[in-house]
Amino acid sequence: MRISIIILFVCSCAISYGQDMTALVMKVKAKLDQVNDYEAEGKMKTDVAFIKAPIGKVRVFYKKPNKFRLKKDGGISLLPKGGVSVNMNSIFTTSEFVALAAGEAMVNGVNTKIVKLLPTNENSDIVLTTMYIDEPNLLIRKSVITTKENGTYTIEMNYGKFAQYGLPDKVVFNFNTKDYYLPKGITLEFDDANEKPAEAEKLKNRKGKVEITYSNYVINKGIPDAVFK
Amino acid sequence: MWTLIQIELFKIFRRPRTYIAFAAIAALIGVVQLGLKIDGQAYVSFMMRDISSSISVEGKILNGYQVCYIVLQALLVHVPLLISLVAADMISGEANMGTLRIMLTKPISRTQFLLAKFIATVIYTLLLLVWLAIMALFVNMLIFGTDDLFLLKSQYVVLLKKDDVFWRYVCAFGFAALAMTTVAALGFFLSLFAENSIGPIIATMSVIIFFTILSTLSSIPLFNAIKPYLFTTHMIGWKEFFDIKVNDANEAIVGTIQNPGKIVQSSIVLVLHIIGFITAGIFVFRKKDVLS
Amino acid sequence: MILNVTGLSKQFNHITAVQDLSFSVAEGDVYGFLGQNGAGKSTTIRMLLTLIRPSAGHIEIFGKDLATHRNEILAQIGGVIEKPDVYKYLSAYENLEVFARLSGVKLSRQELMGQLERVGLAHRAKDRVKTFSQGMKQRLGLAIALVHDPKLIILDEPTNGLDPQGIADIRNLILHLSRDLKKTVIVSSHLLGEIEQVATRVLIIDKGRKIVEGHATELFDPAQTIVELETFDNDFAFQQLQNSNWSARLQSRRDSAVLIKLDRAQIPQFHRDLINMNIQVLALRPRHSLEDYFLQVTSGKQHVDTYSN
Repeated sequence: MRISIIILFVCSCAISYGQDMTALVMKVKAKLDQVNDYEAEGKMKTDVAFIKAPIGKVRVFYKKPNKFRLKKDGGISLLPKGGVSVNMNSIFTTSEFVALAAGEAMVNGVNTKIVKLLPTNENSDIVLTTMYIDEPNLLIRKSVITTKENGTYTIEMNYGKFAQYGLPDKVVFNFNTKDYYLPKGITLEFDDANEKPAEAEKLKNRKGKVEITYSNYVINKGIPDAVFK
Repeated sequence: MWTLIQIELFKIFRRPRTYIAFAAIAALIGVVQLGLKIDGQAYVSFMMRDISSSISVEGKILNGYQVCYIVLQALLVHVPLLISLVAADMISGEANMGTLRIMLTKPISRTQFLLAKFIATVIYTLLLLVWLAIMALFVNMLIFGTDDLFLLKSQYVVLLKKDDVFWRYVCAFGFAALAMTTVAALGFFLSLFAENSIGPIIATMSVIIFFTILSTLSSIPLFNAIKPYLFTTHMIGWKEFFDIKVNDANEAIVGTIQNPGKIVQSSIVLVLHIIGFITAGIFVFRKKDVLS
Repeated sequence: MILNVTGLSKQFNHITAVQDLSFSVAEGDVYGFLGQNGAGKSTTIRMLLTLIRPSAGHIEIFGKDLATHRNEILAQIGGVIEKPDVYKYLSAYENLEVFARLSGVKLSRQELMGQLERVGLAHRAKDRVKTFSQGMKQRLGLAIALVHDPKLIILDEPTNGLDPQGIADIRNLILHLSRDLKKTVIVSSHLLGEIEQVATRVLIIDKGRKIVEGHATELFDPAQTIVELETFDNDFAFQQLQNSNWSARLQSRRDSAVLIKLDRAQIPQFHRDLINMNIQVLALRPRHSLEDYFLQVTSGKQHVDTYSN
């Protein structure tokens, strides 16, 4: 019901703007399509209230059409479910979408076109993607993705050296986290009666953020499928 | 004094009872190791069942550091019982055997005698912890290797980098030594009042079990109020070494401890308990009529 | 005097175990300490060895106050209190070594083995005491008590639980210590037989009080006899005797009788004097051994006065 309302709303927007943005989206897709695969090194910072983890070195692997893997060298990696595993590129795996213009906005000082993408495939997990496209450079500066399973999350991207491939230097995922709590009996802790209220309040924050800063991309050098297993 | 301590240690390590604790620790850890080696994955998924819906954890969770943590978490509750086996027997056992009265007719002051015996008990306790460290940490590091340490706390999870773990264990064992010395001091103190070792051993165990239960009953306000005064509450302070500070960006700062003040506070409470038990012990013992 | 006890008392809660006890032991004495079970012997001996703190009184050993020179004094005392308990999980040799070091002496292996040899345990030196018989433990206990060559040896009921041979061994050992090694020995017992044969001086206590103290030769001397005088009015008899020239010989006055020490030859004269003093005699019983004396004296309910020489 809600989805249909959104669709209805989006359709009405489309009608009101009356502008098909498919061409722009396809241009962006074409730019990203230059990359068949890449391997990137980066630093990942996890900012989730209930996760205390240091900045970790990560390696990210991608291969067309939608293989994506984030690995930590030797250590243990913690990733909030949903958010990070979704790659920008995977949005474009099919051309079965409707792209509608929804105005313009500034993202980090860059003027962007707002494009609403509606998958036409009923089974798609993604319900709605809103992209903020930097039209002159054909770069996605920000996108807001609503999924059936993992709620809504935001991806912000900053570009630098690899802008020509449409690959960001820094990606920030914003998402809502689920509650986390384990009974003390399981963790064998005694309650902290004097826990600071500020701390407790902080833990109730359900906004999560994962930041990956890429330092190096190795593009189109071929990656064995085994990496994604 | 050194002669006295030597004699006490000689006596401790000539008794079969002494080795029960060492054997028990080896056996318990051995069982855990075997179980985790065979069916570790099942344990990990059991451990992760509550969080797997919100976080995906990748990597070698079940490494030596993790196993050591599991072992310590489970065992440090029971080690006091093993320690009381020897500590609570130190005076009462001699009273029971009848050797106490011979000891006390020797030209050694009672205070010296008591301190020597207590120091010997502490050395025994420390050796037991060294043994625990060898079995729980070093052997597991050999069997399971080392990696980052991922810990579930009741309100959050902590990920410690591989290089940021070992020193925490060193500190944790140091703290555990303090906690176990407190237990030893309690057992030792209680052993002054009996002429057989069963009574004080059971009394020591009971006190620890009873206090531990009170410590966990935090939902009842009355118990919550007395909790900071129970030494058992402070005995699990070693876990604080495995909590890390985060900066404003919620990023863990390698090499930090979330709440060092709490550790210091707990240490002070434990040290005060030790001093209290021993001072009270000396006071009682100096006045005690030996009738055994 | 090697040991001087004055006004020694001990109360356990409301029970008085020892009351106002005074005695002294001279160097070279074998001092017999007699009393029935529960008379306060053990409490007194434990006070001498600092195991029990006196409620009142003063103990001086080797001319020094025990309370202030404890360690110095204890270094020269060897004690066996009741059964000589040792560490069962240690060998005889280890036990001896441990206690030697606790006594402040460090003996060579040879010396320790020599000590074990003396009590006939050298061949079992390496065996755990767990496997020893009672007699062997007793001998080990003595070896331990003597390992640091003490001046004063205190034996509390050393023959308890021993067979006749064991009892004889202890007796011989005490005589050996006293005659050959010139040690001072304090030995307690509830059995007169043991004391009679070894003691030079004897102290008898009952219910924590001194009944009599004296030279064994006098107490046991057949020429000197304790005579028990039973009359219609013992108070009167006691009073009369106190005012007579027999007063110096009066021992004690109890409900049932008056005790007086007499030469056997004096008994007829004493008898005549009793009649002259108008004391109505019911019985006049001489007692030939300390055994009777001991039993009689210690079963009495109270005594009013004590004379000793």
